[in-house]
Amino acid sequence: MTAHSNYRELFEVAAASSAAKDFLPKLKIAAIEQFEAVGFPTTRDEDWHFTSVSPIAERTFRPARPAATSLTSDDIARFTYGQDDWHLLVFVNGRYEPALSSFAELDVDAQVMTFGEALKEAPELLAERLGTLAPAKQAFTALNTAFMADGVVIRVPKDIELETPIHILYLTDSHATNASQHPRTLVVAERHAKVTLVETFATIGGGTYFTNHVAEVVVGDGARVDHYKVQREGGEAFHVGTTQATQGRDSIYHAFSFAIGAQLSRTNVYSKLLGENAEVRLNGLYALEEAQHADHQTFVEHIAPSCSSREVYKGILDGTSHGVFNGKVFVDPQAQKTDGKQTNHALLIGDGAKVDTKPQLEIFADDVKCTHGATVGRLDQMALFYLKSRGIGGDRARALLTYAFAAEVLELIELEPLKVALEALLFERFIPPETV
Amino acid sequence: MLKIENLTANVGDKQILKGISLSVNPGEVHAIMGPNGSGKSTLAQVIAGHPGYEVTGGTVTYEGQDLLDMDAEVRAQQGIFLAFQYPVEIPGVSNAYFLRAAYNEIRKARGEEEVDPMEFLDVMTERLKIVEMGDDMLQRSVNFGFSGGEKKRNEIFQMAVLEPKLAILDETDSGLDIDALRIVAEGVNKLKRPDRSTIVVTHYQRLLNYIVPDFVHVLAQGRIVRSGGKDLALELEERGYDWLLETAGASA
Ligand SMILES: Nc1ncnc2c1ncn2[C@@H]1O[C@H](COP(=O)(O)OP(=O)(O)OP(=O)(O)O)[C@@H](O)[C@H]1O
Ligand SMILES: [Mg+2]
Repeated sequence: MTAHSNYRELFEVAAASSAAKDFLPKLKIAAIEQFEAVGFPTTRDEDWHFTSVSPIAERTFRPARPAATSLTSDDIARFTYGQDDWHLLVFVNGRYEPALSSFAELDVDAQVMTFGEALKEAPELLAERLGTLAPAKQAFTALNTAFMADGVVIRVPKDIELETPIHILYLTDSHATNASQHPRTLVVAERHAKVTLVETFATIGGGTYFTNHVAEVVVGDGARVDHYKVQREGGEAFHVGTTQATQGRDSIYHAFSFAIGAQLSRTNVYSKLLGENAEVRLNGLYALEEAQHADHQTFVEHIAPSCSSREVYKGILDGTSHGVFNGKVFVDPQAQKTDGKQTNHALLIGDGAKVDTKPQLEIFADDVKCTHGATVGRLDQMALFYLKSRGIGGDRARALLTYAFAAEVLELIELEPLKVALEALLFERFIPPETV
Repeated sequence: MLKIENLTANVGDKQILKGISLSVNPGEVHAIMGPNGSGKSTLAQVIAGHPGYEVTGGTVTYEGQDLLDMDAEVRAQQGIFLAFQYPVEIPGVSNAYFLRAAYNEIRKARGEEEVDPMEFLDVMTERLKIVEMGDDMLQRSVNFGFSGGEKKRNEIFQMAVLEPKLAILDETDSGLDIDALRIVAEGVNKLKRPDRSTIVVTHYQRLLNYIVPDFVHVLAQGRIVRSGGKDLALELEERGYDWLLETAGASA
């Protein structure tokens, strides 16, 4: 019996207790079958060449069965970026916690629902969209679909602009040790709608657990979605997350991934440009230390003509950490006038740190502009000496230059309070507090 | 203040400084001149503590202490300042932040209180006047995208803020137009004190018209081949270096 077949047994138990609508069991059964068919990826898979998930595959993480949490709003304050006026949905060990959430009345006609609410209030939306975007063939997506128990569904109708950001905070504490959670996000921004979403994954207390998240984002014609993901799981955690967007004509999708947590993480951010003149920006920053491993994969599919894609990813690698970046761009024969640009920079701090970078351009149209650039470097010795010659020594000089390296990509964050908070998080990591 | 004795230094296997001796007393201005590649910048960098140069012999004493034993940042904290021939660009770090960090490190080393950003803004605003620069440069990244002349002025601005005891200006005049040269030179003169010394590395007499040296040294092929008063610079301007190189060659 292979390790991944344990999940069938767990599934039977979970499915029996689920009071879902009709379409959902079907979707879930198809997903567990899909998962069984493909199994966990191995390093023989092209997409997983540099990342072994055997630490995940060898364990069987049972879905977390959370009890009501004893966490208070004081406990979560350090994860909310000081933004009391944002809409906040808090999940603890995969379970929605209304008492911790401060879900202000929406000032406009939009729906922000937990998964359970959506099953009651908007089952047709779920039936229509859920599982239609995310690449079901991928093992982790299939696993998420099979086991998803809670999550968030956001629907922003035509012409509605939601000014206040929505923050979804996924917290894990020691009650979820050795468990898995499979939260799901579905965002539908209809024609000319606008919404900003922040998803944070964090730990209180630590422990080994497995987060397997999937987000599906529909960006309608002329709509704009800003989507931030902050992955600051605990040092023993495993994290796999896939975000898949589809974009209509003239739409804008900005995704930013910030990753400093987990012992092993894989972050996929994908967008399909289906309508003309759409714009996508996939940016990210990761900072690793000790033996952390973080793998990022982006995939932009230029299906319609005249779309633009921009990507800037930066990684800071200390200790013996290992970073992987795989930026894929596909340009369909019809996608003329595609304008794509991708850059990826890694800064190696630790002597044992390494990074594997693989840009992958598949271009089938002839009138396109697609560029990519990748660098892997160490701290600039001349700059280091320059700082020293002004009295700024060793660790502090290194920290300053490291921070400067990151600043360029943090600057791309348009949500100011989040930018400030992430800068502070990074500062905390690289600059000894007494010298700030 | 600074006493260099028989200093030799290598880059890799190549010997560049071949026995330099030089004494600088408080309040003095020394000019170092000499052909390209003679080792002027190397000497400056060795004094500042660049780890890329290996000191193979000799001693350097600064205020009675063994300078060669100090890390570069400690030398800066003790009052040594090098205005780079090629100032380094540091994208992502603002001038204001950079300078405050430096200023506070130096204050800390002296056992003084650190200053907060507001107090420091006053310090910077006042010193900007010395180099006649606008305060918009404070928020720009260190030297990033600066013109050649702006970079040189920024070096002197930093010097004005950090107030070193021993300043070494490595070709701060090259790349400056006539007005900028005057501003920079006047800036240096304004910072002069009886207890502060300056070493000016230059190819041109025109700078020395403003910053009048007490001594002029000619460095050639890693050695000081001639020292004299300010008139030596005038003589060099007229005659070039060849006549000195011949004597140096003969004595080698
Ligand atoms: N990092 C280095 N690697 C190899 N050679 C070096 C290095 N630094 C200096 N040198 C060599 O040492 C010699 C002296 O260089 P230095 O920069 O000190 O000259 P300089 O007198 O300042 O010249 P200039 O007037 O052109 O500025 C040159 O031959 C130079 O090529
Ligand atoms: Mg030089």
